[in-house]
Amino acid sequence: MKKVSKVLLGVTVLMLSAALCACGGGKKNESSETANSSSTETTHEGFIFGMTQEVTSVDPHMDTDAATRGVLFNVFEGLVKATPEGDVKPAVASEYTVSDDATVYTFTVRDGITFHDGNAVTPEDIKYSLERSAEIDGESSALSAISDIAIPDDKTVVLTLSAPDSEFIYNLTIAILEQANDANQGTAPVGTGPFAIKELKEGQYLDLVKYDGYWDAAALGDYIPSARFKFISDAQTAFMELKGGSIDALQYLTSDQINTLGDEYNVVEATMMLVHGLFLNNQYEPLQDARVRQALNYAIDRDQINEMMFGGKSQLIQTHGYPTITAWYNADTESTYTHDVDKAKELLAEAGYEGGFDLEITVPSSYTQHVQTAEIIADQFSQIGVNVTLNQVEWSSWLEDVYRGRNYQATVIGFDISSLSPATWYKRYYSTSSNDMTNFSNADYDAAYEAALATIDHEEKHSLYGQMQQILAEQGASVFIEDPADFIAINSKYTGYTTYPVSAIDLSLVKVAQ
Amino acid sequence: MKYFVKKFIALIITLLVISLLTFTAFSVIPGDAAISKLGVEASPEAIAKLQAEYGLDKPLPVRYANWLGDALHGDFGQSYRYDRMTVAQLLGSRLPVTILLAVMSFIIIVVIAVPLGMLSARFSGKWLDVLINQVTQITMAIPSFFLGIILTYIFGLVLKVFKTGGFVSMEQDLGACIRYLILPAVAVSLPKIAMVVKYLRNSVLSEIDKDYVRTAYSKGNSESQVLYGHVLRNALIPVITFVAMVVAEILAGSLVIEQVFSIPGMGRLLITSISTRDYPVVQAAVLYITSVVVVINFLVDVLYQLADPRVRTA
Amino acid sequence: MRRFLSKIPWNYNLLIGGIITGVILLFTVIGQFWTPYSITNMNSMLKNKAPSIMHIMGTDNFGRDVFSRIMNGCGTTFFVAICTVLIGCLCGIIIGALTGYFGGLLDEVIMRVNDVMLSFPSVLLVLIFISFLGKGKYKIIWALGVMFIPSFARIVRSEVIRYKNQEFVKSAQVMGAGSFRIIFIHILPNTAVSMLTAAAIGFNNAVLAEASMSYLGLGVQPPEPSLGRMLSEAQAYIFTAPWYAISPGIVIVLIILGFSMISEGLREMGTK
Repeated sequence: MKKVSKVLLGVTVLMLSAALCACGGGKKNESSETANSSSTETTHEGFIFGMTQEVTSVDPHMDTDAATRGVLFNVFEGLVKATPEGDVKPAVASEYTVSDDATVYTFTVRDGITFHDGNAVTPEDIKYSLERSAEIDGESSALSAISDIAIPDDKTVVLTLSAPDSEFIYNLTIAILEQANDANQGTAPVGTGPFAIKELKEGQYLDLVKYDGYWDAAALGDYIPSARFKFISDAQTAFMELKGGSIDALQYLTSDQINTLGDEYNVVEATMMLVHGLFLNNQYEPLQDARVRQALNYAIDRDQINEMMFGGKSQLIQTHGYPTITAWYNADTESTYTHDVDKAKELLAEAGYEGGFDLEITVPSSYTQHVQTAEIIADQFSQIGVNVTLNQVEWSSWLEDVYRGRNYQATVIGFDISSLSPATWYKRYYSTSSNDMTNFSNADYDAAYEAALATIDHEEKHSLYGQMQQILAEQGASVFIEDPADFIAINSKYTGYTTYPVSAIDLSLVKVAQ
Repeated sequence: MKYFVKKFIALIITLLVISLLTFTAFSVIPGDAAISKLGVEASPEAIAKLQAEYGLDKPLPVRYANWLGDALHGDFGQSYRYDRMTVAQLLGSRLPVTILLAVMSFIIIVVIAVPLGMLSARFSGKWLDVLINQVTQITMAIPSFFLGIILTYIFGLVLKVFKTGGFVSMEQDLGACIRYLILPAVAVSLPKIAMVVKYLRNSVLSEIDKDYVRTAYSKGNSESQVLYGHVLRNALIPVITFVAMVVAEILAGSLVIEQVFSIPGMGRLLITSISTRDYPVVQAAVLYITSVVVVINFLVDVLYQLADPRVRTA
Repeated sequence: MRRFLSKIPWNYNLLIGGIITGVILLFTVIGQFWTPYSITNMNSMLKNKAPSIMHIMGTDNFGRDVFSRIMNGCGTTFFVAICTVLIGCLCGIIIGALTGYFGGLLDEVIMRVNDVMLSFPSVLLVLIFISFLGKGKYKIIWALGVMFIPSFARIVRSEVIRYKNQEFVKSAQVMGAGSFRIIFIHILPNTAVSMLTAAAIGFNNAVLAEASMSYLGLGVQPPEPSLGRMLSEAQAYIFTAPWYAISPGIVIVLIILGFSMISEGLREMGTK
């Protein structure tokens, strides 16, 4: 035994000394590193907004997802910009006129407006920006409707459309960039917004700094001088950070989370501006029959989903529409279906599916909200004999197979409001449209859509869009569920945060509380 | 020498085969980098344009040849997902975190496991040995991700000394970064500690009884000469191998533990790059990970060879 | 039965391990036919309830009984682990035996492939498999099974090489027995002990692998319960409903502990 203890001692000493050496080395590094870092970079002081989705690109014409659009709203502006009420107001242009036939749009460039580098905005910059965006998006760009961009004098831009379009103004929120900066649009773009980009650290944060020369600075008053968007991919982690105080604001909280927050947070209740639902491939055998789709609409218990997922705070819908945008929403559709299992069974039987059928729901696995909704739906549909299997796929597979390939039976997803123009929302169900993901096809609907595009009369448009929503609901185009509740918590050190119907996290309204 | 050369050539071939495999696999699986980047509203023209820009329209062998040519010059290209980052920059920013985690886990393993293993061998058959044995058996059965969850619960909610997700980058504050990594390192090490203890105990016990030890004594060597000159070296060989494998495993990116603690390391980078189809990053990350494993295996082989030339024949 | 049990030279590890595994297996088997509550029915009134007499492990975020889901989910976990080990073991035996016995170029090539697979990060391998096959219970079985082949093949190969040159094989060759007969009748039965040990360790690894894969969302798909899947779903509620995460975690630990104690016990039995 004595031998063993000697060995023991020897080895232990050896190993320990090795470990200590390693520790010592680490220590030394530490001090030099901190010395370095304190001189070059400090942790951000000021407003920090937590983002569960990452901003990967700062080129506003390349922007792809709601998160990026929301963040870049602070940096770039179009000829017009969105308002919290769901309309647009002049931005880079100080005013505009639309010809009576809705084909000629004339803009006056705002006096004294400058880019973040101090250069004045010229009509050439506007022409350049619109052309650049149209080129990037290709033929299906909304801007491809422009047949001519004229610059009659150094204050005016005239857009001529190839066909009348009274909604065209909604497409002109596209960012105006500086032509002289052409080579750097992807890396260091300059805009005209209330904040300028200071630094994007990929995967970590995007820092913004207040632009003192902002044209509307006087009206906005004393808003926060700088802000950081911090990327935290995990929602639970982000919430912990909010509670721990390392971020000041966070969106997409759940009702359970809100209940655990104390007085030091103000909670803004809004909706996600998302048409969330179970979208059905109308070409899939059982779902070709409208009665089957209606049966699913009767079988679903929207209240239960709302209760489970959003604490009952969501806006339930039964058509593709955004209830908060009252200008276009048809509230009458809300009473099309009730939760009625017997009625659903009856309809299934009529359609020849007495025993139910198999339904595969494809969901993008990275979105917990969609996956959980699909799980609840699976349970609800089992009551009418529809045997649901879940197929979780990666987001990129979803885009390719489901969205582009339309190779699916049903999917849970949400459509955000990428543009304020209702024509872009309802194009999704137009028979020959390239983004008619559900393969929905209805002659009445198509006729109404064409009529809505052609008319420039607001009343008529309203009624036509209303009809279309009614058709979508009655035909059970898909199982539309809700516009989910969105809870945004903001540290009460700050005030003024306001939500928009479009993706916009407007920090120019945020002020330090007195 | 011939043995090393042969092993080294095998190493190079392995790496080449792996890079080819990854390349092929990721060109065949569904999901496209351009579609993934441009999202729902993108037009087909924009997608085609981006695909051309990435060179995704070229046939597979051409793309592989191009990639290999650049990689041999140390150029791993541009990330698809992050417009402004090269693959090298991206890996460079994630690698130190994983290395730090590996180093910390290694220290924890060594500092705790070696004394325990020694004690266990010293008191072999006594109550202390039995106790250590039972405890290690239990810790070995705990999956590290479950351990991670439990640790965040205890230290985060009950003791309130740990902030989940409060990861601080190394440039910002190395001290805070190390403090954050302590729990993940513990979660990684605990099950491994148990294994090292077991290994070391058995190794020491089997060496101490061997003939050569007795022979050495009979030749009149002093006790310390025997112990440090013979027993120690032999007892440590299997342990070193094992620890090397553990380090390789952690360096290769602890995918699961980085997920549990949301640590921005190699593992997380790999997972997000796969799901966003950021091929250049996936390609480089896989190559890095396999290189670590293969090279460490190679080094262990060499070490073995130097310590005990008989290995060659086995 | 009693006589059989009394014949086993019980030791501490074997006894405890056997009891743990036995109890879990009992509940698992029952759980395949009957559970106290439905494993899929949701109820918003029962969301995230703490353990009580009604729900001894509490309820999850959909108001489902955690205990019932664990009873049923263990079955999935066992099923995946057993199938994985079977695939790995069978293919491993065939590949290992053939390459070990015949050697030569085939051996060299297959062993290189083995090397590649062993140095490939296992999660990545599974990820690639899954991208090809899609997700789901049977797919994860194939992915994990294939992943397990190299390690089994390696063990069998070295065993076969060890026996290849021994007298009894040589005499069988002299007597004119065919190669396959020699491999499967003469050599392989001798490797049974080491294969059993490897299979026991493999089983534990498979339980762990299934749990990890399902934890990363790559394995068993909802609404079918699996321990790893439950754990990953539960992590989001660790601060509001800790029981939901802790219960499946502890069951995983017990399964692994039970099996490793049994294999430890068997080893002790063998050395005595």
